[in-house]
Amino acid sequence: MDALDLARWQFGITTVYHFIFVPLTIGLSPLVALMQTFWVRTGDEKWLRLTKFFGKLLLINFAIGVATGIVQEFQFGMNWSEYSRFVGDVFGAPLAMEALAAFFVESTFLGLWIFGWDKLPKRIHLATIWAVAIATNLSAYFILAANSWMQHPVGTVFNERTGRAEMTDIGAVLSNSTLLAAFPHTIAAAFLTAGTFIAGIGAWWMVRSVRRDDEATAHVYRPAVVLGVVTMLISGVAIAGTGDQQAKLMYDQQPMKMSSAEALCEGETGASLSLLTIGDVSNSCDGNLTTIVSIPGVTSFLATGSFDAYLPGVTELQQRSEDLYGAGVDYRPNLVMTYWSFRLMIGLGMGSAALAAAALWLLRRRRVVGHRWFAILGILALPTPFLASSFGWIFTEMGRQPWVVAPNPNPSGVDGVWMLTARGVSTSVSPGMVLTSMIAFTALYAVLAVVWFKLMHRYAVEGVAASERDPSPDGPDADPEAPDDRPLSFAY
Amino acid sequence: MELSTVWFLLIAVLWTGYLVLEGFDFGVGMLLPILGRSDTQRRVLINSIGPVWDGNEVWLLTAGGATFAAFPEWYATMFSGFYLPLLLILLALIVRVVAFEWRGKIDDDRWRRRADRALIVGSWVPAVLWGVAFGNLVRGVHLGPDHQYVGTFIDLLNPFALLGGATTALIFLSHGAVFLALKTGGEVREKAAALAARSSVATLVVAGAFAIWTQLAYSSVAWTWAATAVAALALLALVFATRRRREGWAFVASAVAIVAAVVLIFGSMYPDVMPGLDPANSLTVQNASSSDYTLTIMTWVAALLTPLVLVYQGWTYWVFRKRISAEQIPAHTGLTFPG
Repeated sequence: MDALDLARWQFGITTVYHFIFVPLTIGLSPLVALMQTFWVRTGDEKWLRLTKFFGKLLLINFAIGVATGIVQEFQFGMNWSEYSRFVGDVFGAPLAMEALAAFFVESTFLGLWIFGWDKLPKRIHLATIWAVAIATNLSAYFILAANSWMQHPVGTVFNERTGRAEMTDIGAVLSNSTLLAAFPHTIAAAFLTAGTFIAGIGAWWMVRSVRRDDEATAHVYRPAVVLGVVTMLISGVAIAGTGDQQAKLMYDQQPMKMSSAEALCEGETGASLSLLTIGDVSNSCDGNLTTIVSIPGVTSFLATGSFDAYLPGVTELQQRSEDLYGAGVDYRPNLVMTYWSFRLMIGLGMGSAALAAAALWLLRRRRVVGHRWFAILGILALPTPFLASSFGWIFTEMGRQPWVVAPNPNPSGVDGVWMLTARGVSTSVSPGMVLTSMIAFTALYAVLAVVWFKLMHRYAVEGVAASERDPSPDGPDADPEAPDDRPLSFAY
Repeated sequence: MELSTVWFLLIAVLWTGYLVLEGFDFGVGMLLPILGRSDTQRRVLINSIGPVWDGNEVWLLTAGGATFAAFPEWYATMFSGFYLPLLLILLALIVRVVAFEWRGKIDDDRWRRRADRALIVGSWVPAVLWGVAFGNLVRGVHLGPDHQYVGTFIDLLNPFALLGGATTALIFLSHGAVFLALKTGGEVREKAAALAARSSVATLVVAGAFAIWTQLAYSSVAWTWAATAVAALALLALVFATRRRREGWAFVASAVAIVAAVVLIFGSMYPDVMPGLDPANSLTVQNASSSDYTLTIMTWVAALLTPLVLVYQGWTYWVFRKRISAEQIPAHTGLTFPG
C-alpha cells in the first residue's frame, strides 16, 4: 500500500471510531439535561437517580469522544498536508470556530457539572449541563459546515496566484444547503442513538424489575423508557424527512453519488430501489446482477421527487466527468461500498425507529412491561443506530470519491474549486510513517474500545444503584453553615 | 498592523494560554509518582486540576484550529514535518484524557495504578516534546523550495531542541509544584512547596541557558532581550518566592516565565512562522497566511469569543478556588468488576 491508501485507511479508522462515541454524546447530553430539569422542576427523586445513572454513562463516553477528537484536529496537517494547504483558508475557519465557540464551553462547563453538585446553586448547576448539551450540538454544526463544504464547495474561489482555494463568503459556507440538510439529519441520528440507548437499557431494567416483583424500581425506569422511545420516534421521522431532502440535494450536487447509492450502471427511467441484490455490484458493471426485492421508482423519487424521472447511470456520469475534468481518472466511487452502506444506513436506522412505535404502544397508560422478549429487543436495538450512523458516514465520504473536494457541475454549478483525494495526501510523509501511526492509533483504539465497553456494560448493569454510594448532591444553599473542609461531593 | 501579523500575535496568545494553563496540569501529572505517596495523596493531586484540565487542553485545539485557518501553509508543513513527535504527543494526550475520567470509575488498586501510569506518561511526554517542537521551530528546519519539510526525524533531536525539551519539562514541573502548593493542603502542600524550592533552581539554570542561547543564536532583533530578561527575572523570582513560601507569587512568577518564553520564541521567529535553515525557503507571516477576507472574519470571531472564554474559564477557577486536602477526598465510589 502506498501513503495515499494508508492515509485513507487511517482517516477512515480514526473517524469512524471517533463517530461511534460522538452521536451518543450529542444526543445523550441534552437528554440528561432534560432529566435533571425534570428533577429540579418536580423534585421527583427518580429523575435525579436517572440523571445520575445516565450521567455516569455519558461521562464514560464523553471522555473517549474527547480523546479521539484531538487526533481529528491534527491529522489533516499530518497526513493530508496538501489538502490542508489547498483548503485551509476556507476549511480551517469552521474548525477554529468550533474550538472557540463549542469546545471551550463544552469542556469548561462539563467540569463544572461533574464537580459542581454541591458548589453551585441547583439552577446554575442545571444550566451547566445545558451549556454542555448546546455546545456539543453547536460543535456538530461547525464540523458539518466543514464537511458540507467538501461536498458542495460554496463561497470559495480558486486563486491562481497562490494556487489555493480562498473563501469569499463565510455566510455561504455557514448556510450551505448541504449543511442545512446534513446538520438536522446528523443531530436527529444522534438523538435516535441516545434515545435507543436510554430506552434499551431502561427496558432491560424495567423488565428485570418486574420479573423480580420490584414494581417500585420498574417505575423508576419506566419514564426513562418513555423518554427514550418518544425521542426515537421523533428523531426517526426527522431522519427520514431530512434524509429525503439530502437525497434531492445530492442528486443536484453530486449525481454520481446518488446513482452510486443504487449502483446504477446504466441510466434508468423510474429507477427502483433494490432492497436485496445478489451478484456483483462492483464497478465492473458487467450486468451480472439478480435483484431479489425492489420497490419500483423509489430511487428516482428519492433523487427528484418523481417516481418516473430519469436517473443517469455511473457510466454516463463517468463520461460527463471526463469531459469536464479530464480523462484518465475513475470518477466512480466504489459501488460495493456505496450500495451496501446506503442500504445498511437506512435499514438499521429505520429499524430501530420502528421498534419505538411498538414499544410506545406497550407502555400506554402507565403500564410497565415484564416480557423477557421486550428486554432482549431493547438490548438488540442498542447497536443499530451506532451502526446506521457509521454506514451513513461511510456512504457520504466514500460516495464522494475520488474527490476530497467535490465539484458540483450540475445546474446550481458550484464548480470553481475541486481536488482529487490523491492530490491531498502529504508528500513529505513516507508510507512507513503513516503505517506507524496507523498501527499505533488502531492498537490504542482497540484497547480503549474494550475498556470503554467494559465500563459502559458494568455501569449499565449496576443501574441506578451505582449512584447510591455518591455523597449527597445538596446545593450550597442546603446548608450555608457547612464547613469549608467537608468532603468533596465528587472526586476522581 | 497587517492582519497576518495580528494573527501571528493571536496564535502566540493561544499558545501562551495553552502552555500556562496546561503547563501546570502537565506538571501535576508529572509529579504524581513523586508527591503522591498514597492513593489518597494521588487523588489530591488529580482532583486539584479535576474540574479544569479539560478546558485547559482546548487552548491547544484552538491554537491548532486557528493555525489551520490563519496560516494553512504553516499548519500543513509543521504537522506533516513534525510527524513522529506529534504522533507521540497525540497518543499521550489520548491516554491522559481517558485516565482522568475513568480512573475513579472502578474501585480496584490495579486499575488505579494503570490509570496513574497513563497520567504520568501522558503528562511527561508532551511536556518534553512541546519544548523539542518549539526549539526546532525557532532554530529553523530543513525546508524545500515548495515549503515541504525535507529533514528527518533525527534532525529534530538536535542539542538545542533537546535543551528546549528539558526547559519545558522543568518549567512545567515547577509550575505544577507551585500550583499544588497553592491549591492543596496538608502534607501534599508541604512536599510540593519543598520540591518547588529545589526544582526552581534547576529550572532557572536550564531555562535560562535555553533563553540566552535562543537570543544569541536565533533572534534577529534586539528587543527580544527584554523577553529574555523578563524570563530570567521571573525564574529568579520563582526561586526566591518558593524559598520564602510566597505561594501566590511563586505561581505568578512561573506563569510570567512561560509567557516571556513564548514571547521570546515568537519574537525571534517573526516575520517567519517557520524559519527554514535556508532562509529563502522560510515560511513567513506573508507567504503562509490565509486571504485577508478569512483573516478579517476570524479576527471578529476571536475578538468576540476569546474574552467570553476568559470570563467563564476564570469563573470556573473561582468556583473551585478552595484548597483540597487529603481529609476532603471521599471514599471511592467506583464499582468493581466481578471476579
